[in-house]
Amino acid sequence: MSLLVVLVIITALAFDFTNGFHDTANAMATSIATGALRPKVAVGLSAVLNIVGAFLSVQVAKTISGGIVDDAKITPAIVFGGLIGAILWNLMTWLAGLPSSSSHALFGGLIGATWIAAGHGAVHFDKVMEKVIIPALASPLIAGFVALIATFAVYTLTRRARKDTVTRGFRSGQAISASMVSLAHGTNDAQKTMGVITLTLIAAKELPSGSGPPFWVIVTAGLAIAAGTYLGGWRIIRTVGHRITQVESPQGFAAETAAAAVILASSHQGYALSTTHVCSGSVIGSGVGKRLAEVRWGVAGQMVIAWVLTLPAAAVVGALAGRLASAGTWGIVLVAALGVAAAAAIYLRSRPNAIHAGNINEVDSSGATQTRPTPTPAGTPA
Amino acid sequence: MNIAWHSLGLVLLVGLLAGAGTVIVFTGGVLGLSLAGSARERGQATSLGFGIAVLCFLLCAAGAIYGIYLIVPQFH
Repeated sequence: MSLLVVLVIITALAFDFTNGFHDTANAMATSIATGALRPKVAVGLSAVLNIVGAFLSVQVAKTISGGIVDDAKITPAIVFGGLIGAILWNLMTWLAGLPSSSSHALFGGLIGATWIAAGHGAVHFDKVMEKVIIPALASPLIAGFVALIATFAVYTLTRRARKDTVTRGFRSGQAISASMVSLAHGTNDAQKTMGVITLTLIAAKELPSGSGPPFWVIVTAGLAIAAGTYLGGWRIIRTVGHRITQVESPQGFAAETAAAAVILASSHQGYALSTTHVCSGSVIGSGVGKRLAEVRWGVAGQMVIAWVLTLPAAAVVGALAGRLASAGTWGIVLVAALGVAAAAAIYLRSRPNAIHAGNINEVDSSGATQTRPTPTPAGTPA
Repeated sequence: MNIAWHSLGLVLLVGLLAGAGTVIVFTGGVLGLSLAGSARERGQATSLGFGIAVLCFLLCAAGAIYGIYLIVPQFH
């Protein structure tokens, strides 16, 4: 196996890992915020369901790209560059605490790397429109609308009900609705990495054409996404659970159930929507649906800007990385080294105000985490 | 470019029926529990409230099982 193939496999698993922690928030953020599940229990449950999902689904992506780029022109160097672009964008949005689509990051990286290495003719822009842009616009609107109606109905119907029963009842429901979203996520997202690795192995003649993923690929991809999920993208969980709107348990249940229903309806229609966009959209919808609930439109706006930037930003990084990696062994090594250095820099940057299972719910009224008690200025009378 | 309006509309309709529908039925179950709780405090029979709750939660469980059926490809 060549150095490049080994590197692509490692990078694909690294992407899978970032995919895991980036998307923990989709299923679990509202359950953690309302106390339906303790933080560690939530990420553990989500990790297990992701690995179960990875083994359940037999439909491995037959193309790396779903037809948005010409697979015949893809080389391992292009895949490597694309993955680096996707990973770096995932890490940067995680640092900013913004839920952005991991699929868009992967598509963006691949589009950029393919464009530079094989010309813009190898990118199918009509497919990009149909598979990426339109669903990106449609999913938050549909999920948001369903969650809005559901939330409005819940609060109208339970106006005179016993408050403690309502809170407890919907918390229990949330554990189930969140698990559904997690399982649906597992059957989709681990497949992407398995597809990337399998097709790279086929391109490198390590596997005969048309083969499915070897068992070790299924296991490593499932474990990578589960490990990422268990680590928990706490910065993003805080945004979805606390900063967009302060979620109560009836809202959380409405948002998760709406998300699960929309994801299932769309994949049943063969119309794949982004899990991230569906879940974030439904949280906004559940904020609008509760009368007098405050939706922080500034935070929602930042999130939308990150959604718009995801594809082009990952494409630029993917293009540069793919170009360098195509230039030979030194280029591959340089891209790998730069990628690791950038990832380490982003990680170090996150340390001073780290968010974790212990302080995820310690937020002030603006949704910002209180990392330390406010110091009393010297000389203030006690 | 071809926008699949039909698919999008169907996703919205099914999402609305299944999503908001499940939430409303579950809310019925919670209201049943609330009714039973108030009845117990007044020393009255709680069976009506619990009956409503069980019926609603069973309906939701059926919905969840159908969801799992849709997610797991081995089932179909």
